[in-house]
Amino acid sequence: MTKVTLKNIVKKYGNLEVVHSINIDIAHNEFIVLVGPSGCGKSTTLRMVAGLEDITSGEIKIGDRVVNDLAPRDRNISMIFQNYALYPHMSVRENLGFGLKIAKHTEAVITERVDEAAEMLGLNELLERRPAELSGGQRQRVAMGRAIVRNPDVFLFDEPLSNLDAKLRVQMRTEIKKLHKRVKNTIIYVTHDQVEAMTLADRIVIMRDGFIEQIGTPLDVFNFPTNVFVASFIGSPPMNLIEATVDIKAGQRGNLLFPEDIVIPVPERLKNAVKHGQKVVVGIRADDLTPVNHGIDDASEKADLNLTVHISEPLGTETILFCSIGEQEIQCKMLNPYPVAADEKMKFKLAIDKIHLFDHASGNNLLGSLNG
Amino acid sequence: MKKFKKIANWLATFAVMLIICIPGLWVVLSAFRPNREILAKPAVWIPEYLSFDNFYAIFGGGKALIAIPVPAYFINSIVIASTSTFVAIVIGMSGGYAFARFRFKFKNSIFLGLMLSRTVPGIALSLPLFMIWGRIGLIDTKMGMIIVYTALNIPFTIWLIDGFFRQIPKELSEAGQVDGCTRWQAFWKIEFPLAKSGIASAAIFAFLTSWNEYALASNLTRSTDSKTLPVGLMDFTAQFTIDWAGMSAMAVIIIVPALILTFIVQKHLISGLTFGGVKG
Repeated sequence: MTKVTLKNIVKKYGNLEVVHSINIDIAHNEFIVLVGPSGCGKSTTLRMVAGLEDITSGEIKIGDRVVNDLAPRDRNISMIFQNYALYPHMSVRENLGFGLKIAKHTEAVITERVDEAAEMLGLNELLERRPAELSGGQRQRVAMGRAIVRNPDVFLFDEPLSNLDAKLRVQMRTEIKKLHKRVKNTIIYVTHDQVEAMTLADRIVIMRDGFIEQIGTPLDVFNFPTNVFVASFIGSPPMNLIEATVDIKAGQRGNLLFPEDIVIPVPERLKNAVKHGQKVVVGIRADDLTPVNHGIDDASEKADLNLTVHISEPLGTETILFCSIGEQEIQCKMLNPYPVAADEKMKFKLAIDKIHLFDHASGNNLLGSLNG
Repeated sequence: MKKFKKIANWLATFAVMLIICIPGLWVVLSAFRPNREILAKPAVWIPEYLSFDNFYAIFGGGKALIAIPVPAYFINSIVIASTSTFVAIVIGMSGGYAFARFRFKFKNSIFLGLMLSRTVPGIALSLPLFMIWGRIGLIDTKMGMIIVYTALNIPFTIWLIDGFFRQIPKELSEAGQVDGCTRWQAFWKIEFPLAKSGIASAAIFAFLTSWNEYALASNLTRSTDSKTLPVGLMDFTAQFTIDWAGMSAMAVIIIVPALILTFIVQKHLISGLTFGGVKG
């Protein structure tokens, strides 16, 4: 059983605190993804787990051992680096077997395990080559092989796909997911790409400026973002965020007043969370704002909006339409698309029950977090 | 027209190279001919015969007796240059690695200080060195020369080796540490093999500096205990005569190892070894 526990972890460089007392509990075999914009402390956190950075205060446990003062070599982890970090002066075979050689395994064991990993990752043909003679995808596979061979308790991935081109990235993403299915180890994976995070993770940890904003399953963070930051970070296209004022007349459910005199009723599930006159930020996913007859039709409550389309981006199965409410640009999604002329006026339907409300000042979800 | 330009280019290059190379060639040529021919007027351009007589002579094996202890100078040069190079490389490796990998206070100032020390011409140090060495009894000792050359070479070896370590991504050492190495093992098994060509170049440069240095050695050495080959060259000038033949032969002995090492540096400096381990 290899759980990983980060308790009140703080990292300071001199007086500059870059990670502020974070807590993460990672279960055995869990695939956890740390995601956030650059400089949010996600890589630093991963490097602290690896032992490549000192911890200023707090406690990191791998399994039942506190590893704060253990060297990387004593933590039984493997790490896969963004730039692959293959040893250029060794062949692929030597790269794969290096860790085992250092651990003084016999030649027979090394050969067997290297061959096994090579088989698993399709590297058989490349074993005698040097890293310089491999393509980006092949190098990344060798890096993964080098990690697997040592059979570690925990795999650490530091933005492993960001040096690959888009097509290869999707392909390698699938391979990493397959790898996790096969080796069933605990994985901590760092990325700035929310799509990678959504597709790979059992749970996502969203970080900003050294704080954890939310931890949850991909669907949790998508459906119940705790604040404006998470809402805008997760999902593609990003959630539309529009300022509005709550207007409740006695005995009525209340309305949200948008710029341009657009009025939308407060959703049933949120009516107790708002007060009259309160300023809020309304979060609307593009999927929930669709041209009439070009979205998913279900029985949920809808409101009609008339918007002008400024730009349309056809993607094949869907088209993203750029409109605006007041000064705010918003994105809508049209399914079963047809060509849209610029500045065409269209009628949209908004799924009222799907909107999110955030406090204007703090940016927090008015429903609180999912659990509390 | 194009062809003409090409020929003109070659001719110009040839002329320039001739001007640069003739003195050197003349020294080498003189090393293999008798004094009589060297001093002939008008000059004898094409030697009548070539021989190793001058070399026999300076090593004490020829017909003419020469009272210059070339073998002793040769050994002094070898000992002083190799020892000071070895020490300068060990320190340069540690220092270069530290500057390339660690963060510490006053790092930039120390580095700048080391570089500035290179701007002081060596001869400017000769008087203070002479006085200090005189006090502590290091005049005319190999140890004295080794210390001087080591000190002269360290800033340079640190600077050069720092550059080579900087080219090696630090992730390689980190990957090694995660793979089970101690930091020390990661250095010897991963970073050192990759920086090897750079360290070799630094070593050769340091060796050549010590091997060829004349100004300081001429001040700080006196006898066969510590005199090096370049200083020994002056022994061939007597009050009324100069033994050009012997001097040329000895010059060749100084030049040949330097020339060989220079060729080796050239090969080592072209190193694309680090490419491919990480994203280029």
